[in-house]
Amino acid sequence: MTDETSTGERVLPPVPGTVREKLGQPAPPPEHDPVQGLAVVVGSRPVSAYTELTLEAPDIADVAQPGQFVAFAVGGPTSAMLLRRSIAIAGVGGGRFSVVVSARAAGSTWLAGLRPGDEVDVVGPLGRPFPLPAPGTPALLVGGGYGAAALVGLGGLLRSRGHEVAAVVGAGDEARLCSVDELTEVAAPFVVTTDDGSVGRQGRVTGPVAELVSGAGVVYACGPMPMLEAVAGLATDRGVPSWVAVEESMACGIGVCMTCVLPVVGADGRSRFARSCVEGPVFAGDRVRFRDVGTLPPDVVGADAMGVAHTPAIEGETP
Amino acid sequence: MTAASELAGFDLEAPSVDMQASIGGRPVVSPVLTASGCSSFGQELDPFFDLASIGAVVTKSVQLRPRSGRATPRMAETPSGMINSIGLQGPGIEGLLADELPWLAARGAQAFVSIAGSRTEDFAELAERLRGAPGVLGLEVNISCPNVESRGEVFACNPDASAEVLAAVRAAADPAHPVYAKLTPDVTDIVSVARACADAGANGLSMINTLLGLVIDTDTMRPVLGGVTGGLSGPAVRPVALRCVWQVHQALPNVPILGMGGIRTGLDALQFVLAGAGAVSVGTAVFNDPSAPARIHAELAEALGERGFGRLADAIGYAHRAPEESSGRHGR
Repeated sequence: MTDETSTGERVLPPVPGTVREKLGQPAPPPEHDPVQGLAVVVGSRPVSAYTELTLEAPDIADVAQPGQFVAFAVGGPTSAMLLRRSIAIAGVGGGRFSVVVSARAAGSTWLAGLRPGDEVDVVGPLGRPFPLPAPGTPALLVGGGYGAAALVGLGGLLRSRGHEVAAVVGAGDEARLCSVDELTEVAAPFVVTTDDGSVGRQGRVTGPVAELVSGAGVVYACGPMPMLEAVAGLATDRGVPSWVAVEESMACGIGVCMTCVLPVVGADGRSRFARSCVEGPVFAGDRVRFRDVGTLPPDVVGADAMGVAHTPAIEGETP
Repeated sequence: MTAASELAGFDLEAPSVDMQASIGGRPVVSPVLTASGCSSFGQELDPFFDLASIGAVVTKSVQLRPRSGRATPRMAETPSGMINSIGLQGPGIEGLLADELPWLAARGAQAFVSIAGSRTEDFAELAERLRGAPGVLGLEVNISCPNVESRGEVFACNPDASAEVLAAVRAAADPAHPVYAKLTPDVTDIVSVARACADAGANGLSMINTLLGLVIDTDTMRPVLGGVTGGLSGPAVRPVALRCVWQVHQALPNVPILGMGGIRTGLDALQFVLAGAGAVSVGTAVFNDPSAPARIHAELAEALGERGFGRLADAIGYAHRAPEESSGRHGR
C-alpha cells in the first residue's frame, strides 16, 4: 500500500528546543487487530450538547490506545443506513469504553438514543494511536468541540507517565464544549475558549495555544480541520512536533472503502491520498496538506493518471 | 463482547450442502466472493474472517499506472445504499504484483483480479502482465466503472466496444485464467452486451456494476460528490441486479454468471443463485459488516439445506424452471 505501513519503529519526537530539520514521522500502526461484535450499552448520560455512551466490550477496551476509534453499525440489523459511524474512544477502564456522540443526522441520533441494556454492533479499536513522547517531554493538548473527548485518555496516560500536561479546549459556545471536567483533572494550565464568550476566554483556541506552545515539547490536537491546520501551523512554526487526529467522512472505518482520504506527505517526501482510518486518524501535523483537503493536487502520486487538468470541480461531467 | 459469528447463530461446520462452486470452470471452495472496489486487496478483512474460506478476493480494479483517485467528498449515504466516486485509486499493476498478490497467495486466498483501463490495449497489457502471477484465479474485466473521465470510456455501454476489449483480454491472458466481463446495468439491453462479450471469448459475466447516481447537498445546494455523479450500490440496487442476472441467464443459460448488487444476507445470495448466478460477490455490505462474506456463505448453505438442496450447483437457475414444476416439491 503505502510506505507508512512499512515503518514498524515507534519514532519519538525530538526533545524540546532541538531544531527539526525533517518532518514528523508517520504514526506507527496499532499493535492489535480490530475485532467485531455486539457491545452492550451500560451507561448513557447527556454531556452538554452531546451524549456520552459507555459500552461493555473488553476485547476493545482492554487493548485500545489513546487516539483510536470505533465504528458502529446504526439502526439495527435491517437498517437502511449501511455506513458505519466512526467515533473516537474517549475513555477506557474495566472492560468498558466510552464515546461522545454528537447527534446530528439520523445515524448519530439513533446512537445517542441507545439505552443501558441495548446492544450495538461495533468494530474496534481502529486507527493509529497517538505516539507517546520521550520521558519528561511536556505536552500540550488542544481539543475543538467534541474532538476534546479523544484527548482524555491521552491526558491521563501522559500524566501517569510523569509528563507535564497543558490543555486548551474550545467550542462555538458553552454547550458544545466537551470533556472539560475530565481534562481539568489532568491538565494545568487548562484554558477554555468559546467563540461567543459564553464561558472561558472569548475567541478561538489559537490565542492560548500560541502562548503555551513554546513551553511544550509536543502538541496533540483533535477537532475540526481548520482548527487542526491552525494548531499544527503554530507548532511547526515554533519547531514543536505535533500530532493531529483528523475527522474525515468514513464509510467503513477499516480501510476498504477509500472514501476518507486526504493528501499527506509520506516518509519518502511524496504526497499521497492517505486513508484517515488505517493510515490515520493520527498524522504528524506537518505532514497533512490541510489547504489541499478536498482537492486533487497535481503532485499527489497517481494524479497524472487522472487527467487532473480536466477534472471539473462543479461544472459537471460530459454526459 | 461475543464474536458476531456466534451471536448470528450460525455454525461454520454444520452445513451438509456441497458448496463447491466454479468460476469459469475453476473450482472454488465457496460461491461467495468479495466485490471489486469494496474490499481493497483483502488485507484489511483478514482480522474478520479467513480469506481462504471464501471463493476469492475480487481485488480493486487495477490499471497500468498508480492512480490517486478523485478529490473528496467521495461518498454519500443513500437509502439502503450509497453513491461513491473514488475514481479507481490504486497502486497500479506494479504494486499489485509486488505487494498485494504475494500477500494474498501467502494467506492461501485466491485473487480474482479486476482490471481496468481507458484503451483496449491497456486491458490486454494488464492481462499479459498477470500471466502466471501467484494465486490468481482469473480476471474480471471492469469495462463498466462509472467514475471515469467520460461516459465514452464505459465500454460496457456498447456491445462492439465490449467485445473488442474482451477478445483482446482473452487473447492476452493466461489460458488458465477465466476471463469475466463486468457489465453495467445502465444500458437498454444488457443481453446484447452480455452476448457480445461471450461471443468474443469471455468465460463468464459479472453483473452488475454500480448505477450512475447523483446526490445534492440541500445546504450548499451543490452536488455532494467531488466527482459530481457517482456509482449507486447497496441493497437499493438489488432488484435491478437480480433482473439483469435473470435476463442474461435466460438468454445465455450456459454462460457462467458472478452475481452481485446489494447482497447483504444468505437469502439475498440465494435469489441470485436461483436467478442463474453460479457464484456471488458481496460488496457494499462489507462496509456495514466486515465479516459479511463468511456470514453470507454460512447463511446461504443453511438456506439451501432448508430447501432440500444437497448441492449449490443444483440451485443455479432453479427459479427459471417451468411453471408446472412449481406445484410440488422440486425434484433432483
